[in-house]
Amino acid sequence: MPEQRRLIFQHIDEPGYGNDLACYVRNGGYEVLRRAVQRKPEELIDEVKKSGLRGRGGAGFPCGVKWGLVDRKSGKPIYLVVNADESEPGTFKDRHIIHKDPHQLIEGIMITCFANNVKQAYIYIRGEFPEGARILERAIAEARAANLTGPGILGTAYGCEIYVHRGAGAYICGEETGMIESLEGKRPYPRIKPPYFPAVLGLYQCPTIVNNVETLCHVKHIVDMGGEAYSKIGTPNNTGTRILCVSGHVRRPGYYEFEVGKVTMGQLLNEVCGGPLPGRTLKAVIPGGSSAKVLKFGERFKGKRKVGGEMVDYDWGVEDIPMDFDSLGMIGSMGGSGGVIVMDDSVSMVDALANINAFYSHESCGQCTPCREGSKWMQRITARMVHGVARAEDGALLKSVADQIAGRTICAFGEACAWPTQSFVLKFPEEFKSHEEAKKKADGKAFELA
Amino acid sequence: MIAPQKPDLVTVNIDGREIAVPKGTNVIEAAKLLGIDVPHYCYHPKLTVVGNCRMCLVEMGMPAVDPATKAPIQDPATGRQKINWMPRPAIGCGTSASPGLHIRTTSPLVRDCQQGVMEFLLVNHPLDCPICDQAGECRLQEQSTGYGRGYSRYIEEKNVKPKRTELGPRVTLDDERCILCSRCVRFCKEIARDDVLGFTERGSSSTLTCFPGRKLENNYSLNTVDICPVGALTSTDFRFKMRVWFLKKTIGIDAESSAGANTTVWSREGVIYRITPRRNDEVNDTWMADSGRLLYKEVGAPGRLNGARVDGVASAIDAAATAAAWLFRTGGIALVGSGRSSVEEQFLTARLAGQLGAEVFLPSRVEKGDGLLVSADRNPNVRGALVTGLVKSLPAPQVSDLATGIDAGRIKAIVSMGEDIVPALSAAQVARVSIVYVGARRNATSDAARIVFPGLTQFEKSGAYINQQFRLQKFEAAVPGPAGAADDRAILGAILAACGAPALPTDLPGLWRAIAAAIPALQNALYSSIPDAGLLLDRTPWAGLPFVEGESLHHKP
Repeated sequence: MPEQRRLIFQHIDEPGYGNDLACYVRNGGYEVLRRAVQRKPEELIDEVKKSGLRGRGGAGFPCGVKWGLVDRKSGKPIYLVVNADESEPGTFKDRHIIHKDPHQLIEGIMITCFANNVKQAYIYIRGEFPEGARILERAIAEARAANLTGPGILGTAYGCEIYVHRGAGAYICGEETGMIESLEGKRPYPRIKPPYFPAVLGLYQCPTIVNNVETLCHVKHIVDMGGEAYSKIGTPNNTGTRILCVSGHVRRPGYYEFEVGKVTMGQLLNEVCGGPLPGRTLKAVIPGGSSAKVLKFGERFKGKRKVGGEMVDYDWGVEDIPMDFDSLGMIGSMGGSGGVIVMDDSVSMVDALANINAFYSHESCGQCTPCREGSKWMQRITARMVHGVARAEDGALLKSVADQIAGRTICAFGEACAWPTQSFVLKFPEEFKSHEEAKKKADGKAFELA
Repeated sequence: MIAPQKPDLVTVNIDGREIAVPKGTNVIEAAKLLGIDVPHYCYHPKLTVVGNCRMCLVEMGMPAVDPATKAPIQDPATGRQKINWMPRPAIGCGTSASPGLHIRTTSPLVRDCQQGVMEFLLVNHPLDCPICDQAGECRLQEQSTGYGRGYSRYIEEKNVKPKRTELGPRVTLDDERCILCSRCVRFCKEIARDDVLGFTERGSSSTLTCFPGRKLENNYSLNTVDICPVGALTSTDFRFKMRVWFLKKTIGIDAESSAGANTTVWSREGVIYRITPRRNDEVNDTWMADSGRLLYKEVGAPGRLNGARVDGVASAIDAAATAAAWLFRTGGIALVGSGRSSVEEQFLTARLAGQLGAEVFLPSRVEKGDGLLVSADRNPNVRGALVTGLVKSLPAPQVSDLATGIDAGRIKAIVSMGEDIVPALSAAQVARVSIVYVGARRNATSDAARIVFPGLTQFEKSGAYINQQFRLQKFEAAVPGPAGAADDRAILGAILAACGAPALPTDLPGLWRAIAAAIPALQNALYSSIPDAGLLLDRTPWAGLPFVEGESLHHKP
C-alpha cells in the first residue's frame, strides 16, 4: 500500500493535538515565521517559485507565478485574500485544516504576507462554516496577543492584520473575483478579465493575491525546508503533497495526504480506501470535485506523455491514472480541488447528474446568460428525466446545451456546470438513452408528455 | 481655438477588412465603423462595460511573433503574417483595439455562440410579443431574427416572475421579460447618480428590483425604459397605448430648459404618444429628463386658443393684425418677448420692436439646475433672443419695470409673445393698457387682452433654439395645430405687414435667408443646413454676461 506523506496533516488527528496556540507552539509552530521575518521578502518569493507549488483550490495555477504577476509598482496596498470558501461538492480539506490546525494556516498567511509586503489579509470563510470562523477568530486573537500578527510582529517593524470575513452562502463566492466583489460588500458577480485581474485590479481596485487555504499551508512548509527540497517531493511539475478527499462508495472514505502523483487512482480507491462496498463494483469516479469530468471504470486513456526528457506512450485504465494535476488534465479531467467522488454500480448516472445539475443551477450567480439559463435548463431536463418523462433525445440535447455554455461565460463556473453534463452524457450514453425504458420498468407505468 | 489632439490610431482587422481606430475603441464600435453589426444587449456606449449578455462574442487573434526574436512569423499559405487565433471566443464590448488585432464576427464558432446565447435568452422569456410594448423596437426580436436558430428546443416549464411591478411613478417592470443585462442598474448608478436598482435572488431566478424602501423616481427614470433592450421596463404613460411601428418620428428639442436635449417626438395621425431622447454626443448623449417627456401633454390639454379675437369678437388673423396696428398708433408700446420663442420668432419680434419703437422686456425663468440635463434657465432660447438682437442683456426675473412704465403713463399698449404678464400687474394697471396677446393657450393675459392671436405649441411648428452652449438646434413640427390656430411666424408677419414694415418672408427658407443676411452670428446658417448635431455659434460677443446655468452634462459655464 502506498504510504501517505503528511505535511499539512503532520499533527492533525494525533491524539491530544488541539487547535490552540500553546499546542501548536509545543509542536514547533511559528518557528518558520520567526525565521522567515529575518530573511528578505524576495528570497521567500524565490523559494515558493523554486518549489513549483501549484494552487490547491482547483485550477492548479503555479503559486509563485501568481505572486510574480502582482503589480508592485502601483503604489497601492497589496491585499491577500485567503480563499476558505470551500464549496466544491466532494471537497472537505480546508475545513479540516481550519478546525484542527488553524495556526498552521495563520503561519502560512503571515509568511505569505511578509513575502509580498501585504499589510492586510482577509480570510473569506464559507458562510456554512460558523465553527471554523469562531476557531479562526480565536486563533487570530491568540496569535495577535503573542505578537505573531498585528503591528510590529516578532520584534520587527513589519505588521499585518488578519480579518475573518464570513460569506453569506454562495458557491460563486469561491471564484476569486466574485470573492473580491463579495468582500467589497457587493453581489459576488465575477468580474470580466481583462481588465480586472486580481493581481492588478483586485480588492478595492488594488493588487490582490487570492490563495487557497491548503496552498498557504504549503507555503509554510516550503519556507521551512526550502523551495529546492520541496520541489523534490511529488513528481516533476506536480510538486509537494496534496490532500485527497475521498467520498462515496468505498469502504474507508476520508482525508488522505499523498505526494502528488505518487499514488494512482486504483491504489487510492482499492488499497488506501479499502475498495468498493461488499458486493458492489466501482462504476465511475469524479477525481477533483463535482465539476471535474467523470471517469468511467473500464474506459482506456491512450496517448503520449513526457517522462524525464522524452515522450512515452501511455495506455491507462482509470485505476492507472496517477493523482496529479498533469495526468488528470491529460486524460480530459482535472485534479481540481482534490475531491474524489466514487460511484458504484448502484448509482444511476442520470440520477447522479440530476443531483449535480440541481446544485449548479442553484448556485449560478445569474450574471451572464449562458450559465444562468443553461444550468437551469440542464437541471430541468435531468429533473424531468428522473421524476417524469425521459426522451431518447435528451442526452444529445443536454450535451448541446452544455456545449453552448463552456468557454463562453465570464468565469469558470460555465465550465464547472457544463463539464459534468458533457462527460456523463458522453461516457454513459446508454443510460441516458434507456432511461425512459428504465423508468417505465421501475414505475410499472408509462409516462406521457403533457 | 485649441487644436483637437490627434488620437492614437491603431489598425485592426475585422472580417478581413482593415480600419484605423483610436486606441482603446472596443470591437463593437470599431466594427460599426465598417458597417459590421456585432449583436449585443448589455453593452451601451455611454455606460460601463460588464460583458454579461455574452451576445457579442467574437473570435480574436493576434499576429504571431517568434517568442525569442519578436520577429513576425509568416504564414506560407497566405504570404502574410500568421495570426494566432484564441481558442475561446472573447466579448466584443470588453475587447479593445490594439495594433494588429484580428476579429472574426461571422465564423462558425461565432455563429454558434450567437445562436446559443439567443436560445438561452429565449428559454425563460415569455414570448408575449403580441401584447408587448417593445415589439417593433425590441433587440430580442431583431437579434433573434438576425442571429437565432428560429426554432426552440425547450419543452420545460418557464420561470414565473412578477409581471407588473411599479418600480416608481413612471416605470413599470415586467420581470419575466427581463434579460438581466443590468443597463438600467448601471444607468441609475452612473448617470442619474441615484443607485436605486439591483438584483435579488440568483441564477435564473434573479429579479430586478428597487432597494428596500426606495423607488425609481428620479427625474431620469424613463431613460431606463429607453435603454432596456427588451420589454421589461415600460413607460407607465406609454404602456399599451400604441404600436411603435405606427408612429412617425420627428426631431425635437426639449424645451424645458436651456440644456436643449435632443429628442424624437413620436406621433400618429396628429396625436403625440411619446417623446424619447435623440442621441447627441455633444449635448445630451442618449439621455433626457422625465419632465421633458411629458411636455407634449400641453398639445391636447384644454384651454387652447383656436381663433383670433378682437375685443372678444372672432376675427380673421389679418383683420386682427390691422386692429393691432390701429391700437399701436398711440405709441408707448412695450413688447414682451419670450425665451420660449424660436429664433425665427424672436427675429420677427425684434423687427416688430424696431418697427414700433417698442421697449422690449424678456421675463426670465430661473430655477435650480440638476447638473445633468435640466439647466437653471428654464427658458430654452434666451441665447436666441441675444443673438437675434431682441435683447442686449439677460432677462430680468420680474416685469416690475413694466408696471412702473404703466404707472408713469409711458406704456400704453403691451404685446406679449405668449408670456403671462397680467398676474404680476394690478387690476388698475391692466385697465390702463391695451394688451395684444400671441400664444397657444388661454391664460390671464389672453383673457385681459383686447386682441388675441392663437399660436402654436412647439410640437406644432418648426424652428430653432440656441441652447446654453450657444448651439443652434432645430426642431420640426410633429403634429398639425388645432383648427383656427396659426403659426406664430405668420402672425408676426401679418402684424408687421399691418404696421407697414417692409415685407419679410415668413416661410422657413425665406426667413432664414433674411436672418442670415441680417445677423452676423448666423450668416452661415440656413434652417435646412443646420446639422442634426446642431451648429455651435461663436459665443464671444456675449462672454461677459452672467448666465445663470451651472455646470452640467457637456456644459461648462
